[in-house]
Amino acid sequence: MPLLKSGKIIDDPWVCWDDDPDSDPSVGAVIVSLKQWRDSRDRLLARATPLGIVLTSEQTPGEIEADLKYFDLVALDFPVFTDGRAYSNAKRLRQRYGYTGEVRAVGQVQRDQYLALHRCGFDALVIRQGETEEDWKAATRAISTPFQPGLDQNPTAMSLRQQRMMAEE
Amino acid sequence: MYSYDAFDHALVNQRVEQFRDQVARRLTGELSEDAFKPLRLMNGLYLQLHAYMLRVAIPYGTFSSTQLRKLASIARKYDRGYGHFTTRQNIQFNWPKLQDVPDILAELAEVEMHAIQTSGNCIRNVSADQFAGVIADEADDARIWAEVVRQWSTLHPEFTYLPRKFKFAFSASEHDRAAVRFHDIGIIIKRNGEDELGFEILVGGGLGRTPMMAKTIRRFLPERHLLSYVDAILRVYNLIGRRDNKYKARLKILVHELGIDELSGLVEAEWDRIRDSDLQLPQAEIDRIRQHFMPPKYQPLEDDPAVLSAHRFENATFNHWVATNVVTHKQPGYAIATISLKPIGGVPGDVQAGEMDALADLADRFSLGELRATHEQNLVMPHVKQANLFGLWSALEGLGLGTPNAGLISDIIACPGMDYCGLATARSIPVAQRISKRFADLDRQLDIGQLKVKISGCINACAHHHVGHIGILGVERKGAEYYQISLGGSAAEDAAVGTIIGPAVASDTIVDAVEALIGVYIGARNPDERFLDTYRRIGLAPFKAAIYQEKLNAAA
Repeated sequence: MPLLKSGKIIDDPWVCWDDDPDSDPSVGAVIVSLKQWRDSRDRLLARATPLGIVLTSEQTPGEIEADLKYFDLVALDFPVFTDGRAYSNAKRLRQRYGYTGEVRAVGQVQRDQYLALHRCGFDALVIRQGETEEDWKAATRAISTPFQPGLDQNPTAMSLRQQRMMAEE
Repeated sequence: MYSYDAFDHALVNQRVEQFRDQVARRLTGELSEDAFKPLRLMNGLYLQLHAYMLRVAIPYGTFSSTQLRKLASIARKYDRGYGHFTTRQNIQFNWPKLQDVPDILAELAEVEMHAIQTSGNCIRNVSADQFAGVIADEADDARIWAEVVRQWSTLHPEFTYLPRKFKFAFSASEHDRAAVRFHDIGIIIKRNGEDELGFEILVGGGLGRTPMMAKTIRRFLPERHLLSYVDAILRVYNLIGRRDNKYKARLKILVHELGIDELSGLVEAEWDRIRDSDLQLPQAEIDRIRQHFMPPKYQPLEDDPAVLSAHRFENATFNHWVATNVVTHKQPGYAIATISLKPIGGVPGDVQAGEMDALADLADRFSLGELRATHEQNLVMPHVKQANLFGLWSALEGLGLGTPNAGLISDIIACPGMDYCGLATARSIPVAQRISKRFADLDRQLDIGQLKVKISGCINACAHHHVGHIGILGVERKGAEYYQISLGGSAAEDAAVGTIIGPAVASDTIVDAVEALIGVYIGARNPDERFLDTYRRIGLAPFKAAIYQEKLNAAA
């Protein structure tokens, strides 16, 4: 599956650590599950290469709050595209926990969600075959001025109206 | 009323193009119906029994004659010449073609209307007291705050895929005309002891198969915190609301399962972190929105002009209409007139395109071009000079829209039922029509007095049957339609969920059953006592006996 990172399609440098206990997680950037993290924490921390974690929609970033410093990537799963928990979890990662690493959307993601993902703090997503950088560009620009604050740094209608009013005074 | 600036126009137009793309992808088959369904729903498009249905938002029920004319034109051009006003201050078109919907939305955008979030598991069209801004007993114009929430909730990226639909209602009065206790978030605008404006926030109300009254989560929230506080509620709900069973996914179930205290603790903890964020409302923004809702330029007039009294004296029907359909305005010399969309034997809430055009003209002539839609499926002319009431009524009579029954037994709320809806298990409209015809006599209706009859065609309760003084729920038994009756519900400040009276009655006896209930009330009532009050005083037993005794007699 192609990876879209900050609007560009790139080769995904990350691999998921499979469940084989003999496989070696010390090579390359590896994404582990919450269970793998809990079961193999010391072994994973002894590695020199980047570490990521994937959370299911039932799991929250709050469960790994103290460990977030170890992760260069947090992936949030969409088991179905109508399960909206990951939007709130992404927002919490960025806002409450100040997380600055990669926040990746995995699972059932389609281009109709790109704008919401972008505005909730996701900066990477595993996209469907056939979807393109142009789709991302079009989706994230579909609504030029949002009506509520988001993490995309796009100024809101409210803030622009206030600026305009102050300029007129 | 609120008028769009460049940002609003851009957003709505861009949303049309976004949806146009989604429809095109559906028509080419790129999107499956399964993938398209949540996308079309969040833009108000249902797939019903016979056709698509498009639900257009009328935020907090306020709209203009220009907008009504556009609705009429859409009804003619893209539908079968009529529209249906719903219980959430929306209007539905029952027969649009999928490929036409983007064009319909583009036409709506021309007059500052849209179908954004009129369905789907997102924050729905925000509703409010239909008399907001013109009724004397309000603490503030509820529409100001409904508009603040409407803007914040529009295309909200975080709260578009909630566990279930999410409804807001606003009231600023002790008299609840917006059913705030039966919404996911009900907001009562009030002033505290220091005369500061703020909000009582209620959560977890709802109807459907598990009717519940909302509970107060915060007694008084200062105005600048409105958005941060509701944002906190929504975030908690989005994260921990149930997603395993759609019938247990509404906020009301979370309130019920956690208890209001535990939920309140979670919300307050979330709110603590965001209350001073960019969600805090700047005073300048509150002022800016308030500016949109400044009262129109009224003329200095006296109450009760002689011409009104004369017409009331001369014309008994007009006099009835004033008594039932007209409410005191906050401005002397003006009145608020309800236009009943419940003509005797008609389809509750339906309006023909020609009637829409005529009503738009009347709104221009008599109501400063403004109208309201009510959750009881009626319309309102909010700014009528008392001296013009007779002229307005005469014109309405000419259109067949002068029915003097607001709040009476024939002012029935009914959902589309099995005549249109894919979810329904029984028909609602024909039952409403039969009850309306049985009680057509105006003197009798006036004698019965205030009575809220609400008829739903399935347990999803779109017609709010749980909160009818008499609630009627259509059910299907072995291929036949039966109707379950409940009594004592109310959506107003005396809110209650009705009690089911007994086994459902057959379709051909439902009107007789209502007649029997009325008979008990007439026999037992004290002077000036409404049906609801009598029921609450004497209890279920006499009503139950009357219905099932008659049934026994009929069987014998």
